[in-house]
Amino acid sequence: MEISGAEIVTRCLQEEGVEFVFGYPGGAVLEIYDAIFKQEVFKHVLVRHEQAAVHAADAYSRSSNKVGVALVTSGPGATNALTGIATAYMDSIPLVVISGQVGTNAIGLDAFQEVDMVGCSRPIVKHNFLVKDIRDLATTFKKAFHIAATGRPGPVVIDIPKDVTMNKTTFSYPSSVSIRSYNPPTKGHPGQIKKAANLIAEAKRPFLYVGGGAIQGGAGKEVTDLANLLNLPTTNTLMGLGALDGTHPNFVGMLGMHGTYEANLAMQYCDVLIAVGARFDDRVISVPSQFLASPKKIIHIDVDPSSIAKRVKVDIPIVGDVKHVLTDLLAQLRESGQKPNAEALANWWQQINEWRKPNSLLYTPSTEVIKPQHVIETLWKVTNGEAIVTSDVGQHQMWAAQYYKFRRPKQWINSGGLGTMGFGLPAAMGAQLANPDAQVACVTGEGSIQMNIQELSTCKQYHTPVKVLSLNNRYLGMVRQWQEFFYGTRYSESYMDALPDFVKVAEAYGHVGFKVENPADVEPVLKEAFGPSLKERLVFIDFRTDQTENVFPMIQNGRGLNQMDLPPHMRDYQQVPFENNRDYGNLS
Amino acid sequence: MRHILSTLLENEAGALSRVTGLFSARGYNIDSLTVQTTEDPTLSRMTIVTHGSDEVIEQITKQLNKLIEVVKVIDLNESEHIERELMLIKVRATGKEREEMKRMADIFRGRIIDVTEKTYTIELTGPGEKLDAFIKAIDSTVILETVRTGASGIGRGERILKI
Ligand SMILES: Cc1cc2nc3c(=O)[nH]c(=O)nc-3n(C[C@H](O)[C@H](O)[C@H](O)COP(=O)(O)OP(=O)(O)OC[C@H]3O[C@@H](n4cnc5c(N)ncnc54)[C@H](O)[C@@H]3O)c2cc1C
Ligand SMILES: Cc1ncc(C[n+]2csc(CCOP(=O)(O)OP(=O)(O)O)c2C)c(N)n1
Ligand SMILES: [Mg+2]
Repeated sequence: MEISGAEIVTRCLQEEGVEFVFGYPGGAVLEIYDAIFKQEVFKHVLVRHEQAAVHAADAYSRSSNKVGVALVTSGPGATNALTGIATAYMDSIPLVVISGQVGTNAIGLDAFQEVDMVGCSRPIVKHNFLVKDIRDLATTFKKAFHIAATGRPGPVVIDIPKDVTMNKTTFSYPSSVSIRSYNPPTKGHPGQIKKAANLIAEAKRPFLYVGGGAIQGGAGKEVTDLANLLNLPTTNTLMGLGALDGTHPNFVGMLGMHGTYEANLAMQYCDVLIAVGARFDDRVISVPSQFLASPKKIIHIDVDPSSIAKRVKVDIPIVGDVKHVLTDLLAQLRESGQKPNAEALANWWQQINEWRKPNSLLYTPSTEVIKPQHVIETLWKVTNGEAIVTSDVGQHQMWAAQYYKFRRPKQWINSGGLGTMGFGLPAAMGAQLANPDAQVACVTGEGSIQMNIQELSTCKQYHTPVKVLSLNNRYLGMVRQWQEFFYGTRYSESYMDALPDFVKVAEAYGHVGFKVENPADVEPVLKEAFGPSLKERLVFIDFRTDQTENVFPMIQNGRGLNQMDLPPHMRDYQQVPFENNRDYGNLS
Repeated sequence: MRHILSTLLENEAGALSRVTGLFSARGYNIDSLTVQTTEDPTLSRMTIVTHGSDEVIEQITKQLNKLIEVVKVIDLNESEHIERELMLIKVRATGKEREEMKRMADIFRGRIIDVTEKTYTIELTGPGEKLDAFIKAIDSTVILETVRTGASGIGRGERILKI
């Protein structure tokens, strides 16, 4: 029996076990929407802006183990989706984004709502397809889902001209797919793994540096096993938070631009670094030459060869999937009994604990004004550290990362690589749909929330009872902080004036709104928001926080990991000329 | 350093723009690029001449391999190889210049493939430097037009790029 291209689209999505399609209709996809109307297998979530559709699909994926799916129309629908696609691309998130296209006969004629989506999205997708022949439709979907989810995950765009959705052909979904030019690695090279084990056994100051690859690769357990087996001090990147439990004694905090004192110094002064699914980002190691100025040997495990030796040369590259490689490495270590010298390791721990002592995340509590850090700590307490937390971009994002001790992978959902303001709310929506029983919190700022605030309407329609914690400092705080530090406190265009009454905004959308100005109210309000009486409701909490609070530690652009700006109580530490410590390591 | 990257890729619409897009997006240099379908019509072979430090060339190779449509990439510089480029050059050829031009073409083993009263069109193949040398050797004022293909390269002996 012949069916239409539009029906093939819905059938493919069904075959892939898709649960939700996040989308927005328009001329070029009306056939697909008609086919969606006629089926009941998957649900469609009507967002209020296509960017949000992609963010929601993205967070749906980040908080589950599935590929997210978004559907947009041609032209403006497609271009609105681009920011979402770039966000997913930078953080290696598997998505399939279906965009409508003008009819094949009209392509290239500046037709109404025509935009070259394959061209526009090319630099920000793992791959994309323009399907000009209905007979290629089903195999294209099979390929798209395969490419999105395997190897280094990423977004895949399928651009479908309208006539292709109207034409008819028979449907059969391929049971498997093989692409001769695409064979992502899984297992690491055994010789390299052996070498890695040998190097680890020689380490005096080993350090485990874990990134988003461990989250994507589902390797939380293997990471934890490795940290436990060798008693390794361990850090997670912003994207890796939760890979090792934030309350684990070996966890030294996040590293990087806003990482802890101990994590950054351990990263700088370790002698053997085990990098797991992390890509030596500039917000992590800052300047490569300064990072390498303290000699160290590096083992780098990554599924994408181009992540290896991109910013720093490494000694033992291992190309493969984290879970596979760590499993083999653990087996090797257990079998051989190899481990770093106990005394050296004890000395190293002693040093790290020394660095830990001043607590670089300490802040000055206040009974007058709400400290943003306090809100996050209270959130942790009220949710028992179990909530799924999404965030927007800015200071609030960093505080959420620093003070919410994420306990497991896929619990923390934020835009790290692109840093997309407007991500948080649609992300919370997607995460709630993927995890209907979980408590979902969106930590945002009064700037970011206004970039996709219209999604409060979508949340109403689909009953996603997320809790929005807006750390309202009446500033584009992260911008303000940079202007305070680097631009002589000239706060150019970083003050958020004419803010709406967020409580009323929330109520206008049919939700519950609270405004909190008194530190004493933080906990009771959060308890109420997450309590049984509001379980089914979206609660928007407008926390009026300290306007001038800054994120510490901070590494300024161009500085090394050992040149942090530290919080006021550590000002003495700041004076320590770390440069002189370069050959630090007479700890043997 | 200059490198010649030989690449096999799926003969599909859009594959070429993925490669050129990659180079511009990541700030890599393309000195020349040639592409044509191979004896296997599903495959195209591309020769990219580029330059950069070893680290950059390594990244280029990895990034090329990452493109879904790229089947294989080799760096011809890693071993002995042969390189050829084709140039068509149209020159003014009148009076005693006509003889001189014929002589130069012969010396460089070029062939005159089109003749008019006033012009010769000469076909010349060889490594890029030979074509450069020809251009230098003749009087620059007589050159009317040149067109060059960019380099094609192939490994010597048993070294074969195939899937
Ligand atoms: C305001 C702001 C401040 C920031 N400050 C910091 C900061 O202080 N500290 C910080 O860490 N980041 C910070 N970031 C984030 C930063 O920009 C990067 O996004 C982040 O550091 C990258 O994390 P990652 O190295 O874990 O790599 P990811 O982007 O998560 O990349 C994952 C890596 O793992 C690989 N991979 C994927 N899947 C697998 C698999 N199955 N097996 C093996 N490998 C796999 C990929 O190929 C890739 O190389 C900040 C961002 C913003 C917006
Ligand atoms: C779409 C987008 N535009 C601009 C920026 C640059 N930017 C980064 S943080 C920030 C300020 C965010 O303000 P707010 O949401 O109030 O958070 P705060 O830093 O105050 O916590 C800006 C403008 C960005 N990351 N994303
Ligand atoms: Mg703000």
